[in-house]
Amino acid sequence: MIYLDNAATTRTKPPAVSRAVLEALSSYGNCGRGGHEGALSAARTIYETREKIAALLGCPRVDHVCFTQNSTQALNIAVSGLLGPGDHVISTDLEHNSVLRPLYRLREAGAAVDFVPADRQGRLDYGGFEALLRPETKAVVCTHASNLTGDTVDIDWVGRFAREHGLLFILDASQTAGVLPIDMAATGVSVVCFTGHKSLMGPQGTGGLCLREGLEIRPFAVGGTGVRSYLETQPAEYPTRLEAGTLNGHGLAGLNAALDFLNETGVDAIHAREDALARRFYGAVRDLPGVTVYGDFSAPVRAPIVTLNIGNFDSAEVSDELAERFDIATRPGAHCAPRLHRALGTEDQGAVRFSWSYFNTEAETDQAAEAVRILAREAEEA
Amino acid sequence: MRQRTEKCVVTFRTTAGAMAMEAACKAGGLPGRLIPVPRSVTAGCGLCWAGPPDSREALEELVIKKHLDVDGIYAIIL
Repeated sequence: MIYLDNAATTRTKPPAVSRAVLEALSSYGNCGRGGHEGALSAARTIYETREKIAALLGCPRVDHVCFTQNSTQALNIAVSGLLGPGDHVISTDLEHNSVLRPLYRLREAGAAVDFVPADRQGRLDYGGFEALLRPETKAVVCTHASNLTGDTVDIDWVGRFAREHGLLFILDASQTAGVLPIDMAATGVSVVCFTGHKSLMGPQGTGGLCLREGLEIRPFAVGGTGVRSYLETQPAEYPTRLEAGTLNGHGLAGLNAALDFLNETGVDAIHAREDALARRFYGAVRDLPGVTVYGDFSAPVRAPIVTLNIGNFDSAEVSDELAERFDIATRPGAHCAPRLHRALGTEDQGAVRFSWSYFNTEAETDQAAEAVRILAREAEEA
Repeated sequence: MRQRTEKCVVTFRTTAGAMAMEAACKAGGLPGRLIPVPRSVTAGCGLCWAGPPDSREALEELVIKKHLDVDGIYAIIL
């Protein structure tokens, strides 16, 4: 199989990841529950993983890296724990439902939410942030890169905007952590939400949020922490404050190994390779008759995603043909990004998304482009 | 693009529902496979079961017998 659905999850992981998970499964106790070697092994690895995430994302304190199951859970914690009725929030049309649904729920609870619109090419007008500003605006919540088009948001610009106006800046880095540089302290990000199983190349069931100092987040869940058992409330100290219940120590051991691979290889080298593959594919398909590619490829920095449609064909049908005839895995339909689909005019047709990882090859990329060429020609003849 | 033929398509409200249908069809020897939901059924995303057009009766019986959670059953040219 040629796997080009890495924006959903990276399928090929560095070999050390599965070895680390297997080793953890056969040796770890529960982090923070007891002082025996099994519990300590789990705790040490989880702490190491915090250190590596903090270094990777520019989090000012290792103990402000809090682990969750995924970005969605992290975003829910950040949105529900920092914002409430009466607050106004600015977001964008580029967002995934992991941002949109928590914001829509917040709106039902009495907050106000506005979205910077995307144009027909999926581009944001940054003047829209200023135009939406109100006295009661409390936060900007936005993605670093669209999971639908791969277009990035200029987080340096948003960070400056947030700082100038005293706003919280909650960043969804689901598509970028591990593939684009993020320095939350330098950029002025308040919270970075990440997932472990995409471009960080770790196991599913890992993710988290990195916090700047001084944030008071109401915990989403409360419960067992392994410390201060007689306290009736959740301990206030991070990361324990946001980590009720047993952590996914086995998965985090895999993420720890993935971070070693990322650090040895280098985020810049990983992005350069993935970007080259995506642009190679884009160059081969952009001018094919009947093919429409979405997103702004004039931008120098993109996530490694190319999304397209062939004529007016159902994206589900095209993706199924790619899978059945060419053994190429892509994602069709809506991509949990309803506002951007409306902006692009693909609400009905959906779109076929190709997305790369460090482990894809030029040959795979060329085969995928050839498959699109064949389908586009057949569509023209149909 | 391949030749389109009529299919019996079953849609679901959850991915778990689609998995239950696949397992039940495999166990019962009913032909078909899971595919992305076509837009002629609903714009959006997710999986549906696509079987031959003459499998509708057997699929409906299976849904009732196994208490499968389905959203709809359609005859569609795919």
